[in-house]
Amino acid sequence: MHSTIKRPRHLSCLLYASLTLLAFFVLAPVLWLLLMSLSSPTDLTKVPLQWIPSQWDFSRYALLLDWQNGSGKRFLAAMLNSLIIATSASFIALVAGVLAAYAFSRRNASMLLMFAFLATIMMPPITYILPLYSAFSELGILNTKVSLIICYSAMLIPFAIWLMKTNIDVLPEEIEHAAMIEGAGTIYTLRKVVLPIILPAIGATAMLSFLTAWDEFFYALIFSSDLSAKTIPVAIADFSAGRVTDFGVIASVGVLASVPPVLIALFFQRFIVSGLVGGSVKG
Amino acid sequence: MRSLIGAKQQKWLLLAPALTVLALISFVPFVQTLWLSFSDSEISALPTVVSFIGLENYIYALTDPDFIDSLGRTLYFTFVSVGAEVILGVAVALLLNQQFKGRTLMRALIILPWAIPTIVNAVTWRLIYNPEYGALNSLLMQLGIIGEYQSWLGNPDVAMNMVILADVWKNFPLVAYVALAALQTVPMDMLNAARLEGANAWRRFFKITLPWIIGPLLVIIVLRSVEAFRVFDIIYVMTRGGPANQTKTASFYVYQEYFSYLRSGSGSSYAIIVALISIILIFGYYKAAKRQNGSL
Repeated sequence: MHSTIKRPRHLSCLLYASLTLLAFFVLAPVLWLLLMSLSSPTDLTKVPLQWIPSQWDFSRYALLLDWQNGSGKRFLAAMLNSLIIATSASFIALVAGVLAAYAFSRRNASMLLMFAFLATIMMPPITYILPLYSAFSELGILNTKVSLIICYSAMLIPFAIWLMKTNIDVLPEEIEHAAMIEGAGTIYTLRKVVLPIILPAIGATAMLSFLTAWDEFFYALIFSSDLSAKTIPVAIADFSAGRVTDFGVIASVGVLASVPPVLIALFFQRFIVSGLVGGSVKG
Repeated sequence: MRSLIGAKQQKWLLLAPALTVLALISFVPFVQTLWLSFSDSEISALPTVVSFIGLENYIYALTDPDFIDSLGRTLYFTFVSVGAEVILGVAVALLLNQQFKGRTLMRALIILPWAIPTIVNAVTWRLIYNPEYGALNSLLMQLGIIGEYQSWLGNPDVAMNMVILADVWKNFPLVAYVALAALQTVPMDMLNAARLEGANAWRRFFKITLPWIIGPLLVIIVLRSVEAFRVFDIIYVMTRGGPANQTKTASFYVYQEYFSYLRSGSGSSYAIIVALISIILIFGYYKAAKRQNGSL
């Protein structure tokens, strides 16, 4: 609501004061996490605190980014697991999502089914966890990346369908008809005609899916027990609950685990925000 | 060329991958949990005889004051968290909708809390609240607001609210973005006309802006409530349900029933009760979404 009328001085002051407050509220925790990761243990245990480190300490990052020691191995293995699991699950969700979205947009699949799909991700995971645990245990896939990839796919698919569907709905159907009249099959039409047009939406969905999977904690906590499947959120919970007494180590793990999602969010902000807002609101 | 399969079969083929995954990972487990909730099943390494006990688990659950308390706490968490996120989110959206230098930067900045993983958020705030070396204690002490260091997460009276603050920090940006997008659609001429008629800013907000953005807001409010109602991760990392169970929410309660006490039967009945409350919320979402776009 920008006004063409010049803003009175006191309102201007109020505006900038509020903005400063907002910036502080948003940035302070992040900056403090960063500072903790770079402060020496003695600075972190001063009362009151030494806010700006007396000396910059990069040792935790060196420790964590080194496969050769225990902490580094635990951290890097978890990062790698998260990367593999989030990427695979997002990919599966996109493929299944685009196909199903096309059925909803163009083949009159029932909206009741769409709603049932969406309802599955709104239910609390505690309603699925135990039968899944028994099933995975019987199949011998507890503590594997596969079990988490399947669960995360189920978590991402309804959302992917919804976002893809809203984007396919607004396309003019004539182009697809033209392609089909010329003899193209449905899958071919989908790949060569529809996909290129909705590519930006696919990108947004892929990134939102990745971020959601990167963030997931509950399934990972229950289904993974060692380095072969533990994801980064579980590793962080371990670090913060374990014998680590140096806050700096915990903070460094937090900073490094935030790097991928924060970079994605900042670089593709426009994309992501429109996906988020569109997915949750425009429908 | 005529297609070899009809439109109807094609529809189901297109749906097949999604339907298979969701059936196996969501629909079937849900039915199994429902079935377990009527049994006296327990998790054990040895095969045990499971018998059907009707509504016994439910009667027990609904007369268990600890479980009822955890439901109450979960509702408190949901209402206060989402309420604060909406008020803060809308306020921030109004602010970022003004003209000022650095607006693009500020709009980009508020994506930070949302982008930081939930677990990192929980760990960060736990360190900030630390009773001995936490930043909050140090800051408030240096500002002269508190006389001595406080145990923020160790005090049963405030622990839940401190967890809520961390949750609000992480989630208000989402509400802000939705509100900001909705604000762009508010017709300027209506606002200008009201201004010329002498309506003050409050009046303009409540009479024009708010009714205009309430549709999208309602959708995000219900979505956030559904999410907040199943809160687990932030509790797990920050308090593990303590102190004195004051932050033990329903999901955490069920988690313990399953994996600490190994009671799968009664745990399932708790889970189903939580699910039923979620279903009420989901129905609210359905209504809100329908009102918003008339399609779903």
